[in-house]
Amino acid sequence: MDEQVKLMHSQRPVGIIGYGSYIPMYRLPNAEIARVWKGGGKGPVKEKAVAGLDEDSVTIAIEAARNALARAEIAPEQLRAVWVGSESPPYAVKPSSTIVAEALGATPYLLAADMEFACKAGTEALQAAMGLVGSGMGEYALAIGADTAQGRPGDALEYTAASGGTAFIVGPAEEALAVCQASLSYVTDTPDFWRRAHQVYPSHGGRFTGEPAYFHHILSAAGAMMEQLAMQPQEFTYVVFHQPNVKFPRRAAKRLGFTVEQLTPGLLSGEIGNTYAAAAITGFSAVLDIAQPGDRILVVSFGSGAGSDAFVWHVTEAITERRDKAPAVADYIRRRQEIDYALYTRYRGKLQM
Amino acid sequence: MEAKVAHDWRLRGQRYRLEGEVCEHCGAKIFPPRDICPHCHQPARKPQTFSGKGEVYTFSTVQSPPQGFERYVPYTVALVKLEEGPVVTAQLTDVAPQDVKIGMPVEMVTRRLYTQNDESTITYGYKFRPVLR
Repeated sequence: MDEQVKLMHSQRPVGIIGYGSYIPMYRLPNAEIARVWKGGGKGPVKEKAVAGLDEDSVTIAIEAARNALARAEIAPEQLRAVWVGSESPPYAVKPSSTIVAEALGATPYLLAADMEFACKAGTEALQAAMGLVGSGMGEYALAIGADTAQGRPGDALEYTAASGGTAFIVGPAEEALAVCQASLSYVTDTPDFWRRAHQVYPSHGGRFTGEPAYFHHILSAAGAMMEQLAMQPQEFTYVVFHQPNVKFPRRAAKRLGFTVEQLTPGLLSGEIGNTYAAAAITGFSAVLDIAQPGDRILVVSFGSGAGSDAFVWHVTEAITERRDKAPAVADYIRRRQEIDYALYTRYRGKLQM
Repeated sequence: MEAKVAHDWRLRGQRYRLEGEVCEHCGAKIFPPRDICPHCHQPARKPQTFSGKGEVYTFSTVQSPPQGFERYVPYTVALVKLEEGPVVTAQLTDVAPQDVKIGMPVEMVTRRLYTQNDESTITYGYKFRPVLR
């Protein structure tokens, strides 16, 4: 196979012209989950973000998208696609994306669809949006990753399964605050995590979710990307990986040769948990909140099932005047209301009545 | 059920994004839209989307909810004075009832309003929360 085929380039250069995130205010500490299920102790993260009673992946997507629109400064009618990636859509049949598009005022002349690929549904939407804009079919497209992830009570996933969302408006590179140099996707059939129809909670392969799933796909995608671009880890200002916990992205960074300084600004899972389809891209959003023109950022998502999307971004001058037009990720992390396990079971509908 | 679907669908502009009207005769901003200006009684059909910024004019905490809102108890319903002028009745969210104050700056968010049962549609619409920043 031709080595160059692995990289993806759109026909015309594209980038992100607006980005925005949303994180619900409720926090469930891991120590509280451990108290209930293990009689005490700690968990893989400090705490996780929990959606309130009136929130779901649609309401989360709407606020993230409004923040992205505020930064992009385009009219919602200019969007030619709204794609929402999620593993927790409120309807089994009926698009979330039409609700989001209607709430933004983007209807009716656009594509709208929901993407599904576990934790990489958001970057799948981003790749598709870059394809649409990059081919010239439309000037602007909105890609969102949003989830209200659920873990079975007492299961290892319950410590991290969290709620949040991030949205990107893709447009021509000339208008971008971050231009995409290249993207690359790496996908295999690897059943590390799944949920069958009509099941409330997902199942997973335990330790199988590590080496053959997360690490293989992240390291392969990131490695192929850097090899094909002939770039070294030290050429990037920041690196962001999917973050199901804190130790996996740390280990991935170390194995690829990245430093703690490159990784930490985009590693949020310790404070908010694993926001699934929003995890890697909310880390990216937090990095854009502090990035400077000229910075290079490597973003690699991971979705169970399994696959990774990798992106190399160049931050432009536009970042400085646009980032203050919407709340930063840090603003949402700061807005924190701690809840106990009992309130958590009520907020997330875990009580059978 | 079908009546509710059609009713909700008809209201989606005002519920999702605070789409009201502006009176071309006297300039009044109107929400919810009603096609006749409540101030000068002339036809008013020009759409106007409100910013969603406002402040709590007054409020009350609901302990005995109407059907469909049981799961949110206790919750606060407020009259919110929008910065463009109209006063809107809406539920407050992301705030404990004891923390609500008259004059508190609030902003519109789109949230789940209610759902009849596990088979019905989910109705989304505006609520207000304390301004984020």
